Amino acid sequence: MAENERLQAVFERDEPAFIPYLAAGDPDYEASKAYVEALARGGADVIELGLPFSEPIAEGPTIQNAIVRALESGMTPDRFFEFVEELDVDVPLVCMTYYNLIYQYGSEDGPRPFVEKAADVGLTGLVVPDLPAEEAGPLRAACDEFGLDLVFIVAPTTEGERLERMREQVSGYVYVQARLGTTGARDDVSDQTDESLARIDDWDVPKAVGFGIKEGEHAARIVRAGADGIIVGSALVDIVADGAKSDDSVEAVAERLERKARELKDGALAGAADSEPRPERT
Amino acid sequence: MSDTHAGKFGPYGGQYVPEALMPAIEELTDAYERYVLNNEDGFMDEFQDRLRDFGGRPIPLQYAEQLSERYDTDVYLKREDLLHGGAHKLNNALGQVLLAKYMGKERIIAETGAGQHGTATAMAAAHLDMPCEIYMGKTDINRQRPNVFRMRLNGAEVNPVTVGRGTLKEAISETMRDWATTVENTHYVIGSVVGPAPFPQMVRDFQSVISEEARHQIEEQAGRLPDSVVACAGGGSNTMGAFANFVEDDGAERSSAEKSSGDEPRDRVDLIAVEAGGSSLAVDEESGVAPNSATLSTGHEGVLHGARTKLLQDSDGQIMESHSVSAGLDYAGVGPELAHLVDEGRVTPANVDDDAALEAFHRLSQEEGIIPALETAHAFAYLHENPDAVGDVTIVNVSGRGDKDLETVIEETEKRDLDVDVDMSIFEGAM
Ligand SMILES: Cc1ncc(COP(=O)(O)O)c(C=O)c1O
Repeated sequence: MAENERLQAVFERDEPAFIPYLAAGDPDYEASKAYVEALARGGADVIELGLPFSEPIAEGPTIQNAIVRALESGMTPDRFFEFVEELDVDVPLVCMTYYNLIYQYGSEDGPRPFVEKAADVGLTGLVVPDLPAEEAGPLRAACDEFGLDLVFIVAPTTEGERLERMREQVSGYVYVQARLGTTGARDDVSDQTDESLARIDDWDVPKAVGFGIKEGEHAARIVRAGADGIIVGSALVDIVADGAKSDDSVEAVAERLERKARELKDGALAGAADSEPRPERT
Repeated sequence: MSDTHAGKFGPYGGQYVPEALMPAIEELTDAYERYVLNNEDGFMDEFQDRLRDFGGRPIPLQYAEQLSERYDTDVYLKREDLLHGGAHKLNNALGQVLLAKYMGKERIIAETGAGQHGTATAMAAAHLDMPCEIYMGKTDINRQRPNVFRMRLNGAEVNPVTVGRGTLKEAISETMRDWATTVENTHYVIGSVVGPAPFPQMVRDFQSVISEEARHQIEEQAGRLPDSVVACAGGGSNTMGAFANFVEDDGAERSSAEKSSGDEPRDRVDLIAVEAGGSSLAVDEESGVAPNSATLSTGHEGVLHGARTKLLQDSDGQIMESHSVSAGLDYAGVGPELAHLVDEGRVTPANVDDDAALEAFHRLSQEEGIIPALETAHAFAYLHENPDAVGDVTIVNVSGRGDKDLETVIEETEKRDLDVDVDMSIFEGAM
């Protein structure tokens, strides 16, 4: 299985990875670039960039609205690739999108042209929430060909044979869905997180937990539970949404994002400091 | 049937859903095989008993005298509008709610467009004593109000969906989100032959009672099979239900084993799926709007709501906003099996526009004493425009009745200069 070296390097370090998400183009192209760069300054180790799709069935209202704003401001797959190329950040970027956009891209049907282009602009991996392991064969093959990681989501309901099938296909990191439902910031950390982490305790691939994380406290708690990384989307998108609503300057919103990123990253680091030394990853 | 393996129909079908739902879909596949395909614990017997006693089956196949004379062809009507609830939808809803009960689920959710599937699901859930929530787009709530009240009367909660245009596509997405949260105790009763496997084949199986009955009835009444079956298609559940038992009547030479027993070639029954042509077949890529729902004729292969199928989408793969005067046909996707049967040349896709559907609505009301659903009216508009394409004997599936559409019909008729005589004064005091 192809392992993207840049992504691998992140998890080989002896500290938990902070992985923020934003929808590319939300609320518009230029502001969005500034926001992503602010996350990098705030300590992001990997950034998940959403390529907006019109029917985001795994998304709660916060990210649905972000996607609407991004689409209305003209984001398309081609613009997205330009966006990635123009970004001035030096952390690995992972694209989060839905399968139809991957399938339709380029002149032939099938995922290969999209993956080729993604590799070409420097993306390091893909997360596709509507593509379970069963249907992932062609995309897995294209990712192997072009050296991209394909991240799978382990849900609280994933057990038994399904876990095994996923274990064979996943690379980069495994996205541990912290609770049932859709994306969205929550006020607590679900107990389902610990159960999900326990189920994949012996997997070699790094485990990043997402869905609902909102505060540094949550990040610390999840790292203490054994996560190698935390993924935060809606809590950051909320800042973008508030800024767009009150017409705040791009600089002001970027600064808020950087500060929030710092809080989450520090939370994750504090969680690591409290826990047992992390096992060597080979 | 044409499902080959693992819920695929040729290149179409499959299971493109979030991982959180996959275990529930595996559980459903297992329950479908045991209870529906193998009648475990007498599930199918109970289903058929309830369809009879609660639903009112069998449903008549009626010879339509006026239409037959007008089109110089023997027109038979499969009267699914007489099924309890007023549309074919109960065949599926009752089957799935009963299945949920056998599976030990405690809660029912469903999406609805025209409100017919929501109503049928609410009725089935009340009948089988299950709590029920329905998701419905705000545009559809406004244009199908009588059904909103019917659902509430049956004790269902109706949740408005306000994103996007607020029609069937958004309602399905929102129901999937509910399901991703509540999957452990909840069954999603999907309303058409769409979604991830096993839904397309399971919904078809529950609906195929339509053609099972119709096949016997036409043999008894006309002494032969029909030359064609005509049905409207949104997702395509009444369509697949009306076609299922005729799909193999493809006019092909029989296999050598069959031939040696001296059989003639099979009869040929043409299968015609009529979609909504809306106001135009043209699309506006810039604004992402297709002013129609003619997915089978104009769509392109892609992935939506759990299945690979034909879709109305722009060149990037963003799903378009569809349009039809009839809420139940207003959808950018279509069932994967229908898409496959069209590619194979077994099903003929057709479409008629909003005006033609409204005219057919009035014509059927005036001439046959049947007020059809606007969805159903599309099938009759096809017959009107193509009387020579249906052969000597045709069955039209009357998928539902039109009570729910009266407000829309009044409004839309007033706007237009239709080719049928409608005296608008008949509506005075109606609204
Ligand atoms: C009366 C009637 N006919 C047809 C349809 C379209 O659905 P399908 O294509 O699944 O039969 C609907 C949907 O609401 C309906 O209410």
